[in-house]
Amino acid sequence: MSAKPDQPYLLRKHKTEEWIGRGYTTICVMFLIVIIISIVYFVASKGITTFTKDGVSVSEFLFGTRWSPDDNHFGAFPFIYGSFLTSLLAAAIASPLSICAALFMTEIVPTWGKKLLQPVIELLAGIPSVVYGFIGLSILVPVLRDTFPGQGIGVAAGAIVLSIMILPTITSIATDALSSLPRNLKEASYGLGSTRWQTIKGVVLPTVMPSILTGVVLGMARAFGEALAVQMVIGNAPHVPSSLFESASTLTSVITLNMSNTVMGTAQNNALWSMALILLLMTFVFIFVVRLLERRHRL
Amino acid sequence: MKPKTADKVATGIIVFFALFIVAILLGMLGYIMVRGLSHIDWHFLTSPPQTIKEGGGIGPQLFNSLYLLVLTMIITIPLGLGAGIYMAEYAKPNRLTDTIRLVVEVLSSFPSIVVGLFGLLVIVNVFGLGFSLMSGAMVLTIFNMPLMVRVTEQAFRSVSREQKEAGLAMGLSKWKIITSILFPVALPIIVTGTILAAGRVFGEAAALLFTAGMTTPRIHFDDWNPLHAASPLNPFRPAETLAVHIWKVNSEGIAPDALEIAAGASAVLVIMVLIFNLLARWLGRALYRKFTSIK
Repeated sequence: MSAKPDQPYLLRKHKTEEWIGRGYTTICVMFLIVIIISIVYFVASKGITTFTKDGVSVSEFLFGTRWSPDDNHFGAFPFIYGSFLTSLLAAAIASPLSICAALFMTEIVPTWGKKLLQPVIELLAGIPSVVYGFIGLSILVPVLRDTFPGQGIGVAAGAIVLSIMILPTITSIATDALSSLPRNLKEASYGLGSTRWQTIKGVVLPTVMPSILTGVVLGMARAFGEALAVQMVIGNAPHVPSSLFESASTLTSVITLNMSNTVMGTAQNNALWSMALILLLMTFVFIFVVRLLERRHRL
Repeated sequence: MKPKTADKVATGIIVFFALFIVAILLGMLGYIMVRGLSHIDWHFLTSPPQTIKEGGGIGPQLFNSLYLLVLTMIITIPLGLGAGIYMAEYAKPNRLTDTIRLVVEVLSSFPSIVVGLFGLLVIVNVFGLGFSLMSGAMVLTIFNMPLMVRVTEQAFRSVSREQKEAGLAMGLSKWKIITSILFPVALPIIVTGTILAAGRVFGEAAALLFTAGMTTPRIHFDDWNPLHAASPLNPFRPAETLAVHIWKVNSEGIAPDALEIAAGASAVLVIMVLIFNLLARWLGRALYRKFTSIK
C-alpha cells in the first residue's frame, strides 16, 4: 500500500479500501478474459489435430459426405448440413410466430397483451432443453409418424422442437424494438388515414426490421448450438437426408453421442473436436452478423 | 382486397398466432403434468433408479441437482458480482471496456456443449478433477458468469446518481459507496437475476454430460462427512443430475417404465423451474419494499 505513514488515518483507510475493491473486481474481470482465451485456445488446438496429425484435408472434412471412422473417412458434411438445415428451418418457423406475438403485445392489444404473453414467453424460455426433447419425442414424433412418411424422427421434428425453443429469444428482442418505436411515426401514418395493418406493414415493420433480424440471428445461433433436444428427435443417421422426414444428424448430436464412446487422441475423437471448433467459429460468425446489423440500425 | 378487410384479416392472423403460442405452452405443461404428476410420490422422489427393473426413483439425481446448484452459486456469485461491479463502476468508456463487453457477449453465446467439452479437456483431464460435482460446478460457473455480470451491471446502473453523489460528498471511498450505498439498492434486481440464473443451472444438461458425468456411484444418505467417498456431500464424486437423467432414460433407458420415469422427472424439473421463477419475482419485490420503504 502506497499510503505514506504521515498521511492521516482516514485517508490511509480510504486508500486501502479503494485498493482492495479495485483489485478484487479487476481480478474477476481478468478471470473472464482468461476463460475465453483458454476456451478458444484449447478447443482450437485440439480441433486442428485432425488436419495436422491425422492428415485429413480441410476440404474433405468440410465437404466430404462419407463418415465412416473405421475406414478413415471423415467427411463431416452431413452434420454441418444438418446443423444449418435445422437451425434455418427453425428460424423460418419461429420468426413469423414471434413477430405476431410481438405485434400482439405492442400494437394489437397493448393493454393486456403483454400481461398475457410475457409470462408465457418467460416460461417457454425457462423450460429445460431435455424437457423439450422429451415432449418432442413423446408428442411430436408420433404425430409426424402418423401424418407423413417415415419414422417421425428426423429433420422436421428437430426443426419444430428448436423453433419453439428459440421463440422466446426472437419475441423478446422484437417486442423491445417495437415498444421503443417513436409514437409520432405511427401517428403520422394513422393521420394519413391508414388502417392498423397498413401502418404495421408500411411503417412499423420496415423501421424495426434490423432489430428483428438481430433477434432471428441470435435465435439461429441458439438453435445451432443446442445439443440434447435435437439429438433426441433427429434420429442420428450419419448421412445427408433426402427428405425432411428422414433421420439425420447435427454437429452437436454427433458430439453428444460419440464423445464418451471414443478414446481421447484417436482420429475419430479428434474429428469430434474439429466439429466443436466449427461450432465455436460459427458463434463468432453469428456475433459478427449481429454487430453488423446493430451498426446499420444505429445509422 | 379492401384495406379494411385486409386489416381485419391481418389482425385475425396475428391474434390467432399469439393465442397459438399460449396454447403450445399450456399444452406442453398440461401434458407434462398429467403424465408426470401421477407418477410422482415419496418413493419416486427418494429411491435410487433401477436399470432393468420397474419402480426406479430419482432420489440421488434430485439431490445431485440441488447440491450442484449450491456449489455453482458459491463460485458464481462472488465472481459475477465482482466483474459486474467493475463493469458498472470502474470501467472507463474505452477500447478495453468494449473488448470486455464483447467477451461477455461471446461467452454467453457459446453453445453449452462447447463449454462442456472445454471442461472435459481442461478441468476433468488437465486439472485432474475427473468426472465430479466440482468439475460440473466450474463449467456451470463459466456458463453462468455472463448472465451474472450483466444482471449486476444493470442493477448498479439503475441506482440513481444522487445517491452516489451524496456518498462522495460525505468523503467516502468509492468501494465504501459501492458496498454500503449502491449494493443494498441494487440487491433486489441482483437477487431476481441470480435466482433466474439458478433456474437455468438446474435445467442444464449438455455441459454436464462430460464434466459431472452420467453415473452416480452408490451414495449413503446417512454419511454426511464431505471427505468420505460415499458421502452425498463429497464434491469430488461423479454425479448424474436430474436433467442428465431424463436425457439418459430417454435415449438409452431399458427399464420397462422408462417413459413414466422420464415424464415424472420432467414434471419435477418443470415444477422446480416454476418455483424458481415465482421465487425470483416474490423475493425481488419483497426486498425492494424492505430496502426502499415503499409500501
